Amino acid sequence: MSNIDVVVTGLGATTPLGGDVASTWDGLLAGRSGVRAIEADWLERFDLPVRIGAALAEEPTERIPRVQARRLDRCEQVALIAARQAWADAGFAEPTDEHTDVEPERLGVSIGTGIGGPVTLLQQDDLLEEHGIRKVSPLTVPMLMPNGPAAHVGIDLKARAGVHSPASACASGAEGIATGYQMIQSGRADVVIAGGAEACIAPITIAGFAQARTVSTRNDDPAHASRPFDTDRDGFVLGEGAGVVILERADRAAARGATVYARLSGFGITSDAHHITGNHPEGIGQIAAMRNAITMAGLTANDVGHVNAHATSTVVGDVGEAAAIRQAIGQHPVVTAPKGALGHLVGGAGAVEGIATILSLYHGVVPATLNLENLDPKVDLDVVAGEPRKVELTAAISNSFGFGGHNTALLFTAA
Amino acid sequence: MADKQEILSGLAEIVEEVAGVAQDDVSLEKSFVDDLDIDSLSMVEIAVQAEDKFGVKIPDDELANLKTVGDAVDYVANNSK
Repeated sequence: MSNIDVVVTGLGATTPLGGDVASTWDGLLAGRSGVRAIEADWLERFDLPVRIGAALAEEPTERIPRVQARRLDRCEQVALIAARQAWADAGFAEPTDEHTDVEPERLGVSIGTGIGGPVTLLQQDDLLEEHGIRKVSPLTVPMLMPNGPAAHVGIDLKARAGVHSPASACASGAEGIATGYQMIQSGRADVVIAGGAEACIAPITIAGFAQARTVSTRNDDPAHASRPFDTDRDGFVLGEGAGVVILERADRAAARGATVYARLSGFGITSDAHHITGNHPEGIGQIAAMRNAITMAGLTANDVGHVNAHATSTVVGDVGEAAAIRQAIGQHPVVTAPKGALGHLVGGAGAVEGIATILSLYHGVVPATLNLENLDPKVDLDVVAGEPRKVELTAAISNSFGFGGHNTALLFTAA
Repeated sequence: MADKQEILSGLAEIVEEVAGVAQDDVSLEKSFVDDLDIDSLSMVEIAVQAEDKFGVKIPDDELANLKTVGDAVDYVANNSK
């Protein structure tokens, strides 16, 4: 790798805690839950065992005009909202045919998604079954394709240096950011709009996750259902949302006097080669991802003061990650698990949680893990519970792991 | 069947719904592509909705000839039952 410094100069998100970064961050610090009962007739119709989810706090149509919204799958809508916010936060003006603040040939996009547009796929299949081909939308394919979110962002913000859409399930958002970093480091782009998006709360996904026995069934108490690292955890809560960051060459950001939230100093991407949904029992892939990120950043494990854990609130996954953190880094880092509040945003998770990690570095405060009342003794880490903790940080890791055995660790350092 | 003014206003409703063009801007001389900025995907949606609304068939080779709003109004007027 070259030694081009990459910094974060813009943040955008829409999540179950709020329609932007500020409200999401406030929600994390205040200990609010984004998990609610799902209001849908299909819960009864299919007698689904899971009746809770972490839906968006703000409907995308609040921010996207009707005609544009009807051409976009919900996953594409949230990606576009987060990207536009990050773009404006970086101090860039809306591009026009006459002027762009970033030269299009030097601007890239890397926005991952776990599934893309399954809701569109199912709706259009219903129309086909009921009415035949005439009622199938000509927008079906561009709405369901997993590169749709990234492609729409690239069109909207005029990016011509290449558009990527990593698909690595729940690690997609983190891999989106890592891929953006590589685009800048390899000289392909000066600025990359990077992150992840997901919006797939639907009967088939709920049913599928429920059949895999990975989701919480604490239906009578939604706000307490997602409880990473707690002894009473019983699975994750499916959420939706998007997070996008603006990655920029450090010298370019300095030259224009941009606000720098943090530096992206390294990443680790590994694969378990073990099982399609289960983690490797010794956590070799997770450990290697964290160690590789530390090595790439030129740091040692002692420098890493904070880990924003992937911890989804599953019985097996949380203790597996805890063991991997202890082995890769040690017992000293201050750990938090934002999924207690956010639920699991799948392809959006790694990006939104990356943003939380960046803000912890920037503000010197780590949000508590919501619903962590009794720390599982097998976790054996310093996990923040109850109140946020003020702590001066120089380096922090955000972990994301996905079905398929994907492991991604992003390492951010203070600007 | 409906007179041309009724067809025009019905078509304008569809164009606004699908493409967000204000109904007042949908006038006979306007080109769907060049003036109203409607892409080929939206044209398919507009054609299907027009078929339902006016009880006509618009085959693909006919659709390709409907360059302006006026062309579409004439086609509907001449082909609806």
